Amino acid sequence: MIPRREAIVDERNFAYMFYGFSAAWALVAAYIISLVLRERRIRSEMEALRRMIESAKE
Amino acid sequence: MIALAGASALIIVWVLYTIFLHVPDEKDQGAIFRIIYFHVPSAMTAAACALAAFIASLLYLWRRDLRYDAVAVSVTEGALLFGAVVLVTGMIWARIIWGIWWTWDARLTSTLVSWLMYAGYLMLRRAVEEPTERARNSAVLSIFIFPGVYITWKSIEWWRTQHPGPVLSIRSGGGMAPGMESPIYINLLALLCLAAVLAMLRYNQEKRRRELDSLRRTVHAI
Repeated sequence: MIPRREAIVDERNFAYMFYGFSAAWALVAAYIISLVLRERRIRSEMEALRRMIESAKE
Repeated sequence: MIALAGASALIIVWVLYTIFLHVPDEKDQGAIFRIIYFHVPSAMTAAACALAAFIASLLYLWRRDLRYDAVAVSVTEGALLFGAVVLVTGMIWARIIWGIWWTWDARLTSTLVSWLMYAGYLMLRRAVEEPTERARNSAVLSIFIFPGVYITWKSIEWWRTQHPGPVLSIRSGGGMAPGMESPIYINLLALLCLAAVLAMLRYNQEKRRRELDSLRRTVHAI
């Protein structure tokens, strides 16, 4: 049987490992989301500018 | 690009399966040691991105082609992302193993300083409006920052402070059993593929941004 103190240390150790992996993936996910948002902003601004150019030509 | 992303995802799933179901807990550190399987490959990926940014910056100054500038900024963002992963996973590991979140040891400090300098690179880009001036200033800064990455890489050999010394056999560390070491290299391959995919996406975005700049100029001219 595992002594109680050792079991608590193991549990904490495992929890922090989980936090480490979660933090790593959260950072990657946040970057991907920022890329998607930037892309949307660029596309919508491009469309708006193209519309302005078209209307100016007309 | 889709093939690279798929390969990266498959390898990462394999690495997670291996490190959780086949690699045993480390004798002294227990389960937390598994952070090394993302911490070290992320550090190597960040260093590879920084090297790519250095080369692209040199090429920009030589050829004055804005495509090299776009490559430089794309991979620099990768260096920052994976650098952040290194810093955060390292702090979480340190909290358990050293009992502290942070210490001003040579490796940690040089990593943070390099990371902040690359963050400064992105801030500089936002501050300069004119594209060629922005590209030239950014390239010069990127070239000046890169030696810091080399210092970070060698810091665990030059100064023996709190951070563990080299453990991988490729750096004559030999501190890990072969079966425990190989997932690090395999995950490095996965993270390099992921970094390449992210850099390609960012590069395409940078091209569209240039298109946007020319549209803005057209609107101003009208």
